[in-house]
This record gives sequence, structure tokens and C-alpha cells, in this order.
Amino acid sequence: MIAHAIFFYLFSFIAIISAIMVTAARNTVHSVFFLILDFISISCLFIMIGAEFLGMIMLIVYVGAVAVLFLFVVMMLNVAQQKNQWFSSVKSSSHIPIGLLVSLVIFVELIVVVGGWKYKPDLLNSSTILIDKNISNTHSLGNVLYTDYVHLFQLSGMILLVAMIGAIVLTFRERLGVKKQSYIRQISRERKDGVQLVNVPNNKGVKIDV
Amino acid sequence: MFDVGLGHYLTLGAIIFTIGLIGIFLNRKNVIVLLMSIELILLAVNINLVSFSIFINDLSGQIFTLFILTVAAAEAAIGLAIIVVYFRNSGTIRVEEIEKLKG
Repeated sequence: MIAHAIFFYLFSFIAIISAIMVTAARNTVHSVFFLILDFISISCLFIMIGAEFLGMIMLIVYVGAVAVLFLFVVMMLNVAQQKNQWFSSVKSSSHIPIGLLVSLVIFVELIVVVGGWKYKPDLLNSSTILIDKNISNTHSLGNVLYTDYVHLFQLSGMILLVAMIGAIVLTFRERLGVKKQSYIRQISRERKDGVQLVNVPNNKGVKIDV
Repeated sequence: MFDVGLGHYLTLGAIIFTIGLIGIFLNRKNVIVLLMSIELILLAVNINLVSFSIFINDLSGQIFTLFILTVAAAEAAIGLAIIVVYFRNSGTIRVEEIEKLKG
């Protein structure tokens, strides 16, 4: 129990510090690095609490795909030189007190809800899909995901497909002046387009204007 | 103190949620950091769902976390594509200078 508490505080401390650094780092590349650190500590927490599959999926999806995508875009757009200036412009600094106040109120409300919240006793018995301690986490998730939630699973696949098509359509641009093969033009080309038969008069030659 | 329960995880989720919210409100940098703050908020929601799922002994929360993960990945891809297109057209992604919609 002590070890559980120590590791919980360690991982959550790292997570909170790196979350602060994500928003406060001066360099955008450093923000992405701290985002990766944040994801890794939260996935350690997930593995520690007993959701191993989700922890590993967090590592694969967030660290392996999303954060690397962020890093890729940051380095491609070359915005790393744009330093972070939080309170740079006078025009926008009027938002800051209200923004801080609203965030603080939301935080206090969340803490009040968490602190003053008690279990209803029948909440623990009302769960629909109980966790079976005898089989592994991945096994039990698979048992549920491909039976009860199969339509939602396929729908999330459709969401990913739409996202992929949308990203390709958005970033696609047709380049002018690049030599490309056009199969349609190659196939539909006929003999009269390329070949010209000329009757050459004797001793006169023929004038070809290219 | 050493008895880590549901409240600890919910508090951690609340703290990370608030940090992401502050990052969105006070961002003067570029839109990429704003997208990263949205990722932080989704992460806080995931923490809440997983901890409830473990402590109430119900598997539904972890299923929902999987779907939120999917949506977060799709959202990051689309958002970054929009940012790339915007940067190509206007040459900046600073939050202050994005005011094309300002009539």
C-alpha cells in the first residue's frame, strides 16, 4: 500500500509538472517533449491501477502517433523560433484575469464535487459489466468490445477513416509545372495525333515547322 | 495520505483538466499548443473514466476510454491538417494574428 502511494505520488507529480510545462514552455518543441512525458506518466498510472491494455494503447496511440505527429508538424512548420510570449500584447492581456478566474472557479467546483461526493451504496452493485479478476484485462476488454460494443467499434473505425480522408483532402494541392504521366492521354492517343504523312515534291524538300 | 483511493485520481484529473483549460484561455503562442491543451483535457477525462472503472469494478469506463482515444487521434490529425493548410496560406499560426474571420 505504501509502495502504491509512493508510485502514485511520483507519477502524478511528474504528470502535473509536465502538464504545466506543456502550456508554459517557451519553445514549442519542448512543449511536445513534455506532452510525451505527460502521456508516459499517465500510462504508468493506468498500468499501476490495473488497466494494462489502456496503458499500453496510450503509449502506442498517444506517444507513438499523436505526439510524433505534433512533433512532425512543429518541425515542418518551423515555428520553433517563435518564442512563447505569454503577456506580450496589450490588446490580449485583458483576457488574462478573466481566464484565470474562470479556470480557478472550474477547478474549485471540480474539487468540491470530488470532495463532497459520497457513493450511493447501490452504485457499486449497479454495474453492468463486471470486471472478472480471473482473466486478464485485455481478454475481458476483448470479450466486451467485439460483442456488446461492436457497432461502436466499427463506427470508431469509420471516424478514423473520415479523419484520414479529411487530412489528405485538406493538405492536398495540385502542383503546376511538374511532369507527370497521364494514362488517359497515353491510351486515348491515336495515330493521326502523332503521325503526319507528307508528299515530298522532288528537289524542293519539305518545310517542317516544329 | 498513504491510502490512495478514487478521490486522489479524480483530483489528479481535475488538476490536469484545469491546466489544459488555462493553456487554452491564456495561450498567446501558436495554435499547436492550443491543440496540445485539448489533448491534455481529453487525457484528464480518460483518467477520470479509468479510475471510476477500476474503483466501481465496471468495465464500461475502459471501453469509453478506448473510443475517446480514437476520437482524440482523429481530432489531432484533422486539426494539424487545418493548421498546415492555414500556415501555407497565411504564413503564420500565431493566435493573435489569426483574425481572418473578423469581418
